[in-house]
Formats: sequence, C-alpha cells, structure tokens
Amino acid sequence: MSDELVGDVAAAPPPTPPRDEPSSEEQASSWLRRVATGGFGVTVLSFVLAFVIGAVLIAAVDEDVDDAASYFFSRPGDLFSAAWDAIWSAYSALFRGSVINFEAYTVADALKPLAGTMAQASPLIVAALAVAVAFRAGLFNIGAQGQVTVGATVAAYIGFTYHLPAVVHLPLALAGGIAAGAVWGGIAGLLKARTGAHEVIVTIMLNYVATYLLAWLLTTTAFQVPGSNEPKSPAVDDSAQLPPLFGDRYDVTWGFVVALLGAVVVWWLMSRSRLGFQLRAVGSNPRASRTAGISVPRMTTYVMLISGALAGLAGAVQLLGTSKALTDGVAGSIGFDAITVALLGRSRPLGIVFAGLLYGGLTRGGQFMEVATGTPIDIVLVLQALVVLFIAAPGLVRGVFRLPEPRLVEKSAA
Amino acid sequence: MQLELRGITKRFGALVANDHIDLVVEPGQIHALLGENGAGKSTLMNVLFGLYRPDEGEIVVDDEPVRFTSPGDALAAGIGMVHQHFMLVPVFTVAENVMLGHEPTRRGGSLDLESARTLVRDVAHRFGFDLDPDAVVEDLPVGVQQRVEIVKALARDAKVLILDEPTAVLTPQETDELIEIMRQLRDAGTSIVFITHKLREVRAVADVITVVRRGRIVGTAEPTAAENDLAAMMVGRDVSLQVDKAPPQVGDVALEIDDLTVVDALGTRVVDGVDLSVARGEIVAVAGVQGNGQTELVETVLGVRSAVAGSVRLDGTELLGRSVRDVLDAGVGFVPEDRTEDGLVADFTVAENLVLDLVHDTRFRHGLALDLAAIGANARERIAEYDIRTQGPGQAAGKLSGGNQQKVVVARELSRPLRLFIASQPTRGVDVGSIEFLHRRIVAERDQGTAVLIVSTELEEVAALADRVAVMYRGKVVGIVPGDTPRDVLGLMMAGVPLDEAQRQAEDHPTVETLIEEGDQP
Repeated sequence: MSDELVGDVAAAPPPTPPRDEPSSEEQASSWLRRVATGGFGVTVLSFVLAFVIGAVLIAAVDEDVDDAASYFFSRPGDLFSAAWDAIWSAYSALFRGSVINFEAYTVADALKPLAGTMAQASPLIVAALAVAVAFRAGLFNIGAQGQVTVGATVAAYIGFTYHLPAVVHLPLALAGGIAAGAVWGGIAGLLKARTGAHEVIVTIMLNYVATYLLAWLLTTTAFQVPGSNEPKSPAVDDSAQLPPLFGDRYDVTWGFVVALLGAVVVWWLMSRSRLGFQLRAVGSNPRASRTAGISVPRMTTYVMLISGALAGLAGAVQLLGTSKALTDGVAGSIGFDAITVALLGRSRPLGIVFAGLLYGGLTRGGQFMEVATGTPIDIVLVLQALVVLFIAAPGLVRGVFRLPEPRLVEKSAA
Repeated sequence: MQLELRGITKRFGALVANDHIDLVVEPGQIHALLGENGAGKSTLMNVLFGLYRPDEGEIVVDDEPVRFTSPGDALAAGIGMVHQHFMLVPVFTVAENVMLGHEPTRRGGSLDLESARTLVRDVAHRFGFDLDPDAVVEDLPVGVQQRVEIVKALARDAKVLILDEPTAVLTPQETDELIEIMRQLRDAGTSIVFITHKLREVRAVADVITVVRRGRIVGTAEPTAAENDLAAMMVGRDVSLQVDKAPPQVGDVALEIDDLTVVDALGTRVVDGVDLSVARGEIVAVAGVQGNGQTELVETVLGVRSAVAGSVRLDGTELLGRSVRDVLDAGVGFVPEDRTEDGLVADFTVAENLVLDLVHDTRFRHGLALDLAAIGANARERIAEYDIRTQGPGQAAGKLSGGNQQKVVVARELSRPLRLFIASQPTRGVDVGSIEFLHRRIVAERDQGTAVLIVSTELEEVAALADRVAVMYRGKVVGIVPGDTPRDVLGLMMAGVPLDEAQRQAEDHPTVETLIEEGDQP
C-alpha cells in the first residue's frame, strides 16, 4: 500500500465506528425487556421447579422428617413417608388457604380463601400495572412502594377527615390517592426529563422520603386518633370504604373491580391509544422516536405520571379496602412485589391479573399453611423468590427440563 | 489448502436458506460470493465457520470430510472469518484483541503481552500493512479495526479467510486499501471468500465469482463480466443501474441554509459555515467521506441537533430552534442514515412503523385512540406500492431484510405531501434490486416538485441521483459542482482538494476507481 493512501486516511477525520456495542444501560434495558416479555412455558416451568425445591425445603424443616432421618439406616421408608406427609400437608394447606378450602363444612366457607386471595391481589394488580406501564416505556419504576405509600396516606386523610356521602367520599378518596401517586411518580419523571437523573435512583430515594414522611405524619395530631399517642390514624369513614363485593362474609371488595378496570384501561392505553403508541415507541427505540418527532422527555414525564397515578391508586385500594386505618406499615411490600408481579405477568394487563392472583394466593395460602401445619411462611417467600429467579434465567429452566433453545432467528441473512 | 462445500442445505423452519450448495475454493484464490441481502450468503458462511450445522451436505478440506461443531473447530482447520460487525473488545489494545482466546502466558500464568505484540508486528509486516499493536481498538478508524480482525484470523494460521460484507462499513479510500490487502494475502497463498453485493468491488478483486440467489447457486462468472450481467444474475431479472431521469424542472428555492455552524460535545466545529440551497424539483447530493459533517448538517435541519450560528429556512420560514415535530409538520420528510437506530422501532410491526411519525394525523386516529383499521389499510397500500417483502403488516420490522426496512422508512416519509425530502444514505446496505427501486422513487418525488437533499458517501449513488453535488470536507463545503462531474474529481474533493486543483490532479493520476471503471484487471 502506498504511503499516500495512509496519509489520506490519517488526514480525514475518523469515521464514526458502527454503533454495535450497546452501552451498559441499553444492555440492561434489553435484558429487562426479555424478562418482562419472556415465554409463557418458561413461566410455568419456573413454578414447577420452585415448588419442587420448596418441597425439599418443607421436608427439611419438618420435625417428623428430622426424627425419621435419625434412624434412616434401620427404617429408611419412614423418612420418605414422613417427608411425603409433610410436603402433602403443607401444599394442601397452601391450596386450602388460597383457593378452595375443601375441608370446610359449607360451600360458602369453602370459597372464603378464594375471596381472600382476590382481596390480597387487588392492590397488587394495580401496582403491577403501574410498574408494567413504565417497563413498556423503557423505564424502571422502583418507586411504586413510595407512590403506594403517599397514595394510601392521602386516601386515608380524605377518608377520616371529611365526612361526606359515599357517592362523593369514596371517589374523592380514590382520586386523592391517584393524584398523590402521580405527583410522586411525576417528580421522578420530570427530573429525568429535565436533568437526565436516572429514574431508578430517584424513585428509590423517593421511597425513603415517602416512608419517613408517613412516619412523621403519624406523630402529628392531624393523623392520630384523638387522645391517643399511637402512630395510627383513625379508621376511614364507612362512606369512604370500598364496599364488600360479595357481602360481609368475604374479604374481597370493589377494589377487585377497580383492579380489573385498571387492567382494561391500561390495555386500551398501551395497545389502542396514540399516547400508548408513542410510549411504547420511546420504550423500544428512543432515537427513532425522537427522529419521528416524538418528544422523549415529554413521554418520560407522562409515563411516570401515569405509573405513579396507578401506584397511588393501588395504595388507595389497599387502604380503603383492606387496611382502613393508616399505620407506618400500610404499604407492606406491595410496591416491591408489584415489580415481581409485572415480570410474572410479562407486562401485559391480562397476565398481570393472573400473576397478581397467583401472588396474592401464595401470600394468603402461606399464612394459612403456617397456622395449619406449622410450616414457616418463609417457605412461601422462598417459593416466590425462586420463581422470579428462574424466570430471570430462562436458560437454567430450559437446561433443567432439557428444552431446546428458542430457534435462532437469523438477524440478516445476507 | 483446498476447501470444498458439497450439497450444503440449511433450513430454518419452512425457509430453505441454502439449497444444495456446491462451492470449491482453490488455494491462493479470491472467490467472490455475490448475492443480494437475504440470498443466503451469510448463512452459508456461518455453516462453514461452524456457527450453524448443515441439515445436509458436507465440508471437505483437502479431500478430507470435516465436521465443525463450533467456530473453534473451524479455526483449528485453518478457516478464519471477519464478520461484518467486528468481534473486538473496544477498550483492549490491538495486541490484546489478537491474543484474546489463546493468550500466550509465561511460566506462572502471567500474560505474555510481548509475544502478542511481536505476533501482531510479524503478521502485519509479512503482509505489508501498518498496525500499531498498542493502539486501543476503539480509537482506531473502522478500516483499521477491520485490519485487526484480519490479523486476528491470520495470527491463528488461517489458510482460508472469509470476509463477510467487508466494505459495507468502509469509506472509498479504506475500500481501496482493503482491496490491496486482499491481493497481498492472495499472493501469499491465502484463499479468500469475499461476500458482497457490490458489483464494482467484485470485478476489481475477484478471481472467481459465484452468484447466489434465494439460497441457490445460479451460476459463476468471470471478473470481466459486465456489471449489468452480474446484476441481472443476482437479482434474477434485468436491472438498470443508471436511473433514467429527465433534466430537472427547477423551481423556486425551497431550502436555504446560511452560514450554518454546529459544534459537537467536544467543541469541534462539525459543520462550519455551510451555505447551501435546494430548489423545488432538483436533487442536491451532499457527498463526502463519512464523518465530515454531513450527518450533523441534516440532523440540524431536522432539529435533533442545535446550531450555534446561521439559519435554515424552508420557503422563507426559519426551521432552527423548532421542535422535530414542527419541522416534520412544515413538510419535511426525513430518512435517517442509520435506519435501525433512528428510522425504525424494531419491535414494532411494519404497520406501526409505517405510521411512526404520523399518529398525530387525523387520518390514523379517532380522538385519543388509534384508528387500527386505517393504519392496517395504509400498511397494505404501502406494502403493495413499494413491494415490501414481508409476511404481512403484523410482522416485526426488525425481522425484515435491510432493503425492505429501508423501503418501510422511505414509504412512510413519502406518504404525505412534502416540501423538502431529506435522505441520508438512502441505499446503504440495501440490495441492488431495492436500490434501483428507491432511486426511482426519489427521482419521482423530485419530479413532483419536491426539493430533495441526499447525503451519500457512495459516489455511484451521487452520480446516479444528483442534479448538483455539494462536497463536504471537515465540516465545510469544498465546492458545489454539477451532477455529472467526473468521479475522480469528486473523490479528490472529498479529500479536501479544491475544485480546480482536483480537476488538474484527476487528469494526471487516475485512481483505482477509474481503473476499475475501465475494466482494467491488475
């Protein structure tokens, strides 16, 4: 090669290298998208696998099994029958506590666990919808917990401070929760849009702010039961409560209907509306969206407002349907469980409804299992964690079940 | 080493990507595999490199059948591959990249970087090119990065080198250098399989040409074959490489760029006082080597980048400082240079992509809701009009071939009335058949009276389309010349030589490009 040609190249500014190496953020978001929209088969198998490991744990912590193990070499059969008994009784209790109690005397009583599961699932579904909306617009809303907290706080305040007829009071309390959550989420969205502050960091910090804000509010007289020093608010008026859906006998309230409506609205928003189209476009490819005239910062703000509003609604549903009074633990772990539920439901509204019911069922069933069989509820937490772990590592699940890799789609056959 | 493929068949579901392909690569030969995007060239090479296993057929090396289950096997058998997208670690040095995967170590397990450096120098020296073993890869120009890939393969004693679309990312000068390197490798006894869809390069460098179409070998050709014949074999029908266009009916000036200056994040003037105007009914092409400010120029017109000085007026209205939305609404159609990054949402369907910047239009919405029926109807119309090869409007755009993706972008931008149409690299990575089509559409848009601004690094494209050519170098317009200016002159201007000087030099020293043009085989 002649020196002249080398000189030419050196003189010209270096061309931009092909944008092939995704930045770590892009990689993280593509991982997120894969997990959030992964295969259904893997989800089911993840449950199977988690329950198998759960079974081993149940057997391992059972006292009878422990006893039988001490004389394993003289009568090995005892160990297996003890283990089987422990696993069967634990899992059947889990089922009886969450779906149908087949040991109940009346049909009405037998259905109580299912109603409990629905009650448990209601706020979870709404909060998971919040997380899913953000996911699909390419944002990771870790702040559902804080948004649930402020939503519950404002809903409670409206519920016990004002005394209004139910037709006004309940919608007002729900709206208050929505507005509070929207503000909380909107702060993160606006900061990201204006300054580029990463939404994960901002929302985590806002979680702390919400938690301690609530703790402080509960020390003020405005939020305490008159004449009490307890960090607990008065119960909200009956007129602000979500009424029971199937009568007082069952836990489930109209909050479940709110959750289903929320799912329908989110489906319409993401699949049928122009705003949802633009949100999804930004989530999938912000550069192409910008070139197509979509304002990415504006979409970022909108999506965090919407996501926050849904999480705030989840807080209101939890408070007005289940908790009734405000305590510092009112949000429980709804905001964090919502992330799991959104992943399980693959960020699709219908999937989230089922995933929420499943998660609610595991929680209710776990509580019943602990009471009925003495199996610690931690087993259920381990199950939930394992399910998420396996869904996040589909290769592992496929390996265990010897499934083939999904067929490689040729990127560009040239 | 002689390499032979016998009856290779590879299926993906119902799609037969390779259908009983027979191919013999003789030692010391440059064997070009010519075919359109999607013809199955890369699949074949991935079979050869051990990335895919063939459903039928066998690979024979020096009369011994071999089975490759991984690229490692192929490397061990002396087959090296340079992928279209480089497999380099950007933050590593050249030597580190070359030794990656079989790192030489001293006793005790510490890395022996010195022997890797020596290896790089040896290989580079042996084949007469220039490579600094200690340069960090991400700081190197694309052409040099590609050399690192070649050295990587040669350092593992590759006897057969597969180059997958090696020129797709290169500037004209870098392409010339690569061709030179390929010749040296051949003379040193290395066989090269050169995958491409660019006719000019094939004729310049290949010893044997095998043409692939729809997964089958449709014939072989001599490098002396005419471009039109090769194109016809590749596409399966006659294609005209030259666009038929009438003289432009030039109207009033539509786009006026005055003294536009754009500064990048590092403070460099990437666009430096550019004056340019485009009239209704004419095509102005901005020619230049990649990275000389053309991209920034059009991005500034669109409004995704802001200018520090100057003005951009469309029909007298200032565009600078307005949002992208406003600029698009003012009647600007924009085809970005990098369609996968900037032009399409890969996860979205073809139908959704065809309305990506049109969903605010009342044609495609009812109030807040999308009008899915209208969007579907629009998709079917555009797919038919542009002959977009897709399984249907519901297919994800990311799954289409490059040419069809580009048709989606162009179809969308031309599907509304425009005052100004801007297309950056409108046919980059697009197959010959689609290039012809896209060029005709662009000329048709001009003939409707739209002002058209094209940015291209391909001289063929500039020559085919432009009524006037503005050559950019280091952010400045070196000169504005008529569309029929000789290629040599444009090439020299792209290197920063002023017009008169370029004309004089072009007569004295014809470049490789002209030699190819005249059908001269070295």
